[in-house]
Amino acid sequence: MAEALVAIEDPAVLPDTVGVRQPRRFTVLFWIAVVWLVLIIALAVFASVLPLDSPTQVFACIPNSAPSWHHLLGCDELGRDMLSRIVFGARVSLEVGFTAVFIGLVFGGTAGLVAGYFGGKTDLIISSAMNVLLAFPALVLALAVIAFLGQSLRNVILILGLLSIAPLARLVRASTVVYAQREFVTAARMMGFRSRRILFREVLPNVMPSTLSFAIVAVAVAIVAEGALSFLGLSVRPPAPTWGNMIAEGSTYLSENAWLALCPAAVLCLTVLALNFAGDGLRSFFDVKDSAL
Amino acid sequence: MTTNDALLSVENLVVEYPVGRGRKVHAVSDVSFDVQAGETLGVVGESGCGKSTAGKAIVQLPRPTSGSVLFEGTDLVKLDGDQLRRFRPRLQMIFQDPVSSLNPRRRVEDIVGDPLSVWSAELESSVASKQERKAKVAEVLEAVGLDPVSAAGRRPHEFSGGQCQRISIARALVLEPKVLICDEPVSALDVSIQAQIINLLEAMKARFSLTLVFISHDLAVVRNISDRVAVMYLGKLCELAPSDVLYRTPAHPYTAALLASIPEPDPAIVPSTTGRLTGELPSSIDPPSGCRFRTRCPRAEERCAAEEPVLREVATGQRVACHFPLVEARPAAPANVASQQSA
Amino acid sequence: MSRGHTTAGHEYPEIPAETLLTVEDLRTTFDTPRGKLTAVDGVSFELEAGRTLGVVGESGSGKTVLSRSVMRLLPKRGATSTGRVRFNGHEMVGLTQKQLRGIWGTELAMVFQDPMTSLNPTMRIGNQITESLRYHLGMSSSEATEHAVVLLSSVGIPTPERRLHDYPHQLSGGLRQRVTIAIALACGPRLLFADEPTTALDVTVQAQILDLLAAQQRERSMAMILVTHDLGVVAGRTDDIAVMYGGKIVEQAPTKTLFAEMRMPYTEALLGSIPRADQPSHTPLQAIPGRPPDLVSPPPGCRFAPRCPYAQPRCRHEEPPLREAPTKGHRFACWFPVGTPEGRQALEENRVRGVALDPARSVTT
Ligand SMILES: Nc1ncnc2c1ncn2[C@@H]1O[C@H](COP(=O)(O)OP(=O)(O)OP(=O)(O)O)[C@@H](O)[C@H]1O
Ligand SMILES: Nc1ncnc2c1ncn2[C@@H]1O[C@H](COP(=O)(O)OP(=O)(O)O)[C@@H](O)[C@H]1O
Ligand code: SF4
Ligand code: SF4
Ligand SMILES: [Mg+2]
Ligand SMILES: [Mg+2]
Repeated sequence: MAEALVAIEDPAVLPDTVGVRQPRRFTVLFWIAVVWLVLIIALAVFASVLPLDSPTQVFACIPNSAPSWHHLLGCDELGRDMLSRIVFGARVSLEVGFTAVFIGLVFGGTAGLVAGYFGGKTDLIISSAMNVLLAFPALVLALAVIAFLGQSLRNVILILGLLSIAPLARLVRASTVVYAQREFVTAARMMGFRSRRILFREVLPNVMPSTLSFAIVAVAVAIVAEGALSFLGLSVRPPAPTWGNMIAEGSTYLSENAWLALCPAAVLCLTVLALNFAGDGLRSFFDVKDSAL
Repeated sequence: MTTNDALLSVENLVVEYPVGRGRKVHAVSDVSFDVQAGETLGVVGESGCGKSTAGKAIVQLPRPTSGSVLFEGTDLVKLDGDQLRRFRPRLQMIFQDPVSSLNPRRRVEDIVGDPLSVWSAELESSVASKQERKAKVAEVLEAVGLDPVSAAGRRPHEFSGGQCQRISIARALVLEPKVLICDEPVSALDVSIQAQIINLLEAMKARFSLTLVFISHDLAVVRNISDRVAVMYLGKLCELAPSDVLYRTPAHPYTAALLASIPEPDPAIVPSTTGRLTGELPSSIDPPSGCRFRTRCPRAEERCAAEEPVLREVATGQRVACHFPLVEARPAAPANVASQQSA
Repeated sequence: MSRGHTTAGHEYPEIPAETLLTVEDLRTTFDTPRGKLTAVDGVSFELEAGRTLGVVGESGSGKTVLSRSVMRLLPKRGATSTGRVRFNGHEMVGLTQKQLRGIWGTELAMVFQDPMTSLNPTMRIGNQITESLRYHLGMSSSEATEHAVVLLSSVGIPTPERRLHDYPHQLSGGLRQRVTIAIALACGPRLLFADEPTTALDVTVQAQILDLLAAQQRERSMAMILVTHDLGVVAGRTDDIAVMYGGKIVEQAPTKTLFAEMRMPYTEALLGSIPRADQPSHTPLQAIPGRPPDLVSPPPGCRFAPRCPYAQPRCRHEEPPLREAPTKGHRFACWFPVGTPEGRQALEENRVRGVALDPARSVTT
């Protein structure tokens, strides 16, 4: 009887009006974003072999001059070439932004996953620790780290990484709580899967997309924050350029020459936008919808 | 009453959820029942009466507040995490929501195959190699009526609700469990698909020698699939009887009210509004004293508020917790029921 | 009560009071990435004032799209709907949003499947009811509140004055559905669409809600279209039933006729798949194998053919028209109807050939 009943069941191959694979394509916007990112990264990597002026050399051009043939993006208040400063600045800025957020993702993400999944006391302890970290004045933290460990790019990354742990942990915790309640997690526990496997195989892939799109914004925030530190003399020492310190320095001349701050800000802005578009494109390409019942 | 040869035996199960300010939801209160090997026990009741909580407490997710769950003689409540983990493959569960119960980011072959790859080494089963595991996954997918070739590489959102439920069943069966707890597995499905899944469960039960606990609010569905039925109301067991007896001669007023709510697919039967339940389910934070059903019971008397009725036998195998049941305990009852059954 | 109505410059003649709703050749398509999806494909029916029509079919058969097309509640982008819908003297197709707003709520109301999503979670239920009363009927705030209390108690909500101040999440599923019904009834509509009003609820609450709808309908002599996938739900509660499959009406008849002399194998299969409480345990159910057709590229011929136990070669290339049965008001679309010599012969031939699709087989084995 069992066989007879099974025999009349339907095969999965019958067409369905929902959930059929749709042809997936990348949008033009996605490709523009990718081109921009490749360009910025290539420029940063190959900055020293490119025919660029030195970013610290003071030229005989008029300080604060507008873009010209010699200086495609003009010169800053000391007469240094803006283009070259932006390209060399990209090196530090991108390194600081990505590494700091990566640190935040690894530690904050793990803390958030663990807190959200296990709940109870574990959650209480981790969440309280994160609240302390959030409430801790950022500048005091920066000063403390630099006082103890000295001033270096590595320590700036460490500071910004530490600062990004708590917000990322909160975000990951919130979406983990949602997924930990879904029945596929209960089902996995019932299968006798160990917690580590459930966290990384079942929960993490679902939490990842929203976390990554937040992390992209966090990269931008870290780049700007580096500028603030640099401006206070807590980061890479001027005259070495970073996007952050260019924006910070430029903003003191906003009324005289807005270009100085706007130009690196625009590059930063475009880069963040490009990261977002590229991220969105990738996400919708790999996106899985919940079944459209 | 508890026979020791029962495969699964739930005794005095209590599950309470704290809801802040020292209050708690009495989701399951002192429930006891046995499940014999090879039988299907149906559990019915309105939503919120604690059916799912009881089902989850059996598999210790979460662990019950008190009581015991004997599985093949071992009390699961007393086991520590690692010992319990070793029992997991033998007790499986499927859920109501076919969408929520499958990880949207994993492929069907992983969803069904993961339990095997986790357990094959530990259980020293016959599916140790990757090749054998793949074959086993294909076999189970085939058994639940999915085409393994086209289904294996796809993700849950590419399937309909009924097919997602088949995938859930495949995942539960791949470890060849003894007991399968089905928590409203067809409530989210269309009638036509519901029939497919019920027939599938019956077929799987025969093929894999399963014992089923089938939870549902739909009495017609429960009658169809169950050998015995337990009726729950507000965390309490009201009645427990062989399904044919329960549907022919309900003893508890709540069972009778539930039966009166079943829609009849027959236009000649004008739905009568008599015997219907009225009013709302009381809060399970502060349940009524005495009999919990008394606020909606047409037969309620003073005694019902003062004294809590205990489960007692009114006919062979028919037990009811009510002071004034619709079937009175008679000495002749056993013979009576037996002759009715043979008719 | 019917009036001549002027819409977009056309003067419509008086129509007889009995016919409240006339739908002719209604066709609704959606643009999807895979192509044009025809969700409702040439549907025609009539509904008289005060009567109840049940619309039955599996998920994806177009029931919801049909009700939304009649109400003109389709998404603005990607949906195209043609045909004629005459309601209470209005030609609904071609009305502007503004004109429609005057009809929705007052003459035509709807109750949805999920009471949680159709109520505004951030608004007290009292305000949600009075809003429509004040907008449509121009009541004052105190009048509207008074009326809301009356409405809530008429849909069986205990202590309505207190409930006015509750938010939707504070109510159980059954109470919430009662509130949505109260909102739908607020302005005394002439036609109520109930799209799976009880699918999200359990049996006891389902029975209460269906009783409530029937009582309100009798009291207000309003017409109702009850959409569901469960023939059991509509059996005792409708005057007529239309069975939908693949976007088309495949059988329509007065309820008693439909159950007594159903012609369409699909209707038979739907009825057979319902578990009955009066059957002994472990009675195998007559499941319908397979799934409804893909509405982007439906199969040629009869759309039910791939799942039909009666199907013959003819069914696979020639589409059966909706034709009249001997009984008045009974229409069906099938070449080999149930209960006719042709049908019996077709079934027998399939049995001899051993086609696996016979629903009776799962009973006999
Ligand atoms: N906005 C839309 N865009 C594209 N396709 C749609 C849209 N709305 C509905 N459809 C399609 O139209 C068909 C009919 O859908 P409809 O919701 O009317 O089915 P139904 O009979 O009400 O089913 P259910 O029982 O699930 O409510 C389905 O194939 C559905 O996927
Ligand atoms: N995690 C929880 N926290 C608090 N209350 C809960 C929780 N889970 C269930 N409940 C409550 O326990 C009662 C029984 O719930 P449940 O077992 O899900 O009912 P059923 O499955 O019969 O519909 C309900 O009142 C419900 O609100
Ligand atoms: S004990 Fe009393 S209140 Fe409870 S079900 Fe029986 S008669 Fe009703
Ligand atoms: S017999 Fe033919 S025409 Fe009739 S429903 Fe079956 S397939 Fe369609
Ligand atoms: Mg439940
Ligand atoms: Mg619908």
